[in-house]
Amino acid sequence: MAAQNPLLEVRHLRVEFPTRRGTLVALDDVSFTISAGEVLGVVGESGAGKSMTGAAIIGLLEPPGRIAAGEILLDGRRIDNLRYEDMRRIRGKDIGAIFQDPLTTLNPLYTVGRQLAETMTTHLPITPAEARKRAIGWLDLVGIPAAAQRIDSYPHEFSGGMRQRVVIALALCAEPRLIVADEPTTALDVSIQAQIIALLKSLAREKGTAMMLVTHDMGVIAETADRVAVMYAGRIAEIGPVRNVVKQAIHPYTVGLMGSIPPLDRRVERLAQIDGAMPRLSAIPKGCAYNPRCPKAFARCTEDRPDLLPAGATQAACWLYAGEGKTNG
Amino acid sequence: MPAALDLEFSPLFAFIISRILQALPVMLTVALISFAMFAYVGDPVAIMLGQDFTEAQRQALVQDLGLDQPFWVQFGTFIGNAIQGEFGLSYRLSRPVSDLIAERAPATLELAFCAAAVALLIGVPMGVYTGLYRHSWLSRFFLTFSLIGVSLPVFLIGILLILVFAVWLGVLPSFGRGDTVKLGWWSTGFLTWTGIKALVLPSITLGLFQLTLIMRLVRAEMLEVLRTDYIKFARARGLPNRAVHFGHALKNTLVPVITIVGLQLGAIIAFAIVTETVFQWPGMGLLFIQSVNQADIPVMAAYLLLISALFVTINLIVDLLYYAVDPRLRLGRGQGAH
Repeated sequence: MAAQNPLLEVRHLRVEFPTRRGTLVALDDVSFTISAGEVLGVVGESGAGKSMTGAAIIGLLEPPGRIAAGEILLDGRRIDNLRYEDMRRIRGKDIGAIFQDPLTTLNPLYTVGRQLAETMTTHLPITPAEARKRAIGWLDLVGIPAAAQRIDSYPHEFSGGMRQRVVIALALCAEPRLIVADEPTTALDVSIQAQIIALLKSLAREKGTAMMLVTHDMGVIAETADRVAVMYAGRIAEIGPVRNVVKQAIHPYTVGLMGSIPPLDRRVERLAQIDGAMPRLSAIPKGCAYNPRCPKAFARCTEDRPDLLPAGATQAACWLYAGEGKTNG
Repeated sequence: MPAALDLEFSPLFAFIISRILQALPVMLTVALISFAMFAYVGDPVAIMLGQDFTEAQRQALVQDLGLDQPFWVQFGTFIGNAIQGEFGLSYRLSRPVSDLIAERAPATLELAFCAAAVALLIGVPMGVYTGLYRHSWLSRFFLTFSLIGVSLPVFLIGILLILVFAVWLGVLPSFGRGDTVKLGWWSTGFLTWTGIKALVLPSITLGLFQLTLIMRLVRAEMLEVLRTDYIKFARARGLPNRAVHFGHALKNTLVPVITIVGLQLGAIIAFAIVTETVFQWPGMGLLFIQSVNQADIPVMAAYLLLISALFVTINLIVDLLYYAVDPRLRLGRGQGAH
């Protein structure tokens, strides 16, 4: 995962929602890269901007949301300012997407085979007959038993887990190099979650597909991701290799997040919890957005907003590490 | 796979049979109510005899019409004849009711067909357009225009159209069907130029309300469907807009649209009365109004029975269309798979 020629590069991305009461800044100065074949986990509370980042990358921000500043580059080519039709050709073909709820992601009126075939014939120079053949292959690959018989089934004839497998096949069938997976297991039974994650992981490795895995499940991140970005109130609080972030979190927010996961290997009287709630977009405090909840906040935190700074093996947006010398606490 | 075919058809067949069986009591009730109501709304004997008559003449006529029989016997006779397609003689015209209706039905059905075509072929695309481009000035114009269509009464629209196109511009006829051509018992206005011209104004008048209704319904459903995850996912898969809008989105709006269109089609045929009166259209509606004036019970009862049969049939077709559109309703299928 060297820095040379990342597959996806997001630079200083800012997403705004103009409303009657003024402009809300949903994402502010978000920068990160994903290399070919790499899995970047994105964690954070609801509303931190994880899904918004994914939507911005695939160019499907809900209006009136819009990219106000920054750029998104795929293979060094800007994709954030493309016309709808040009971006459409990239969606599915270069960047696949997986959504949260498999029960609502598939069109109920079309067979899964038709939905797979139309995706492939849209992006690949193949005949409908060939697309159908490949569709069966994909269903088989994502672990649907008797794929050749199930190809003409409708989504409602599958269980939730099976439907998410179909969604994965749909995201991968035009062989994109990047998958944006937005909470792919959140809506599933716990027993199914592990299967789906394992499937995603093995398929991504097999096809060399990079993945941006949005979730609030640290367990999924720890198991799947190479690097992880922790988001808070529309910004990246900390980003780095998954081992470092999980084991030696730098940013006080990440520390709090990790502290709230029950450890399995020892008993704890009480889980650490982060007091308060994430601020609403309309009321993000001055300085570091985390300062009202931060146990280590000091004067500067309420004044200036910290940028991502190198801190040990990771980068953290925290004034505690501004002086570079005092790494790790 | 013959076994699969069996599975697929037998529940559908059973469904149709059960629907027809359910329809029978409905139609019997309609027949009873209409027959009973009309038995008390006027005295056909007095109307038919006019001013001068003897008691003997009156008695003879009452016996002739079977009005001396008890109510249930009259009703039973009526139903018995109706099943054989006989609705008796019109009191007013002294001709078989079935002949009168067969004469008038083509006019009404052709008018209803054109009105429905106007409503669908213009209403659905306008609904899709206003759903997709909510903020364009054309959408705003369509919506304003649809308010006019919804709020103006039918007779006023008809009269305004006559004023503009028949009186001022003189390009279209203001009444009647124009020349018709006989095809067997069916008389059609589609084959002559005057017949087609005569259809224009009444069709617009009758279809305008339905058009605006369908447009608003399709628009509302499109807005709803465009927000769903499967449409977002279809976009995320990079499908072309045409496929997303007219394939994925429009098809998902169809179930409610079919329901309303079916009911409205019934309404177009049943309540063409006003339009037919305004344009002196020689259809069933006009026949009905004239029969009401003269307490012509057999005609009125037959007409209402026919309309109820029509609604029942349309409902059955609507239910069958649900089957065709939405696979989740095809219960017999896919059960065998695991």
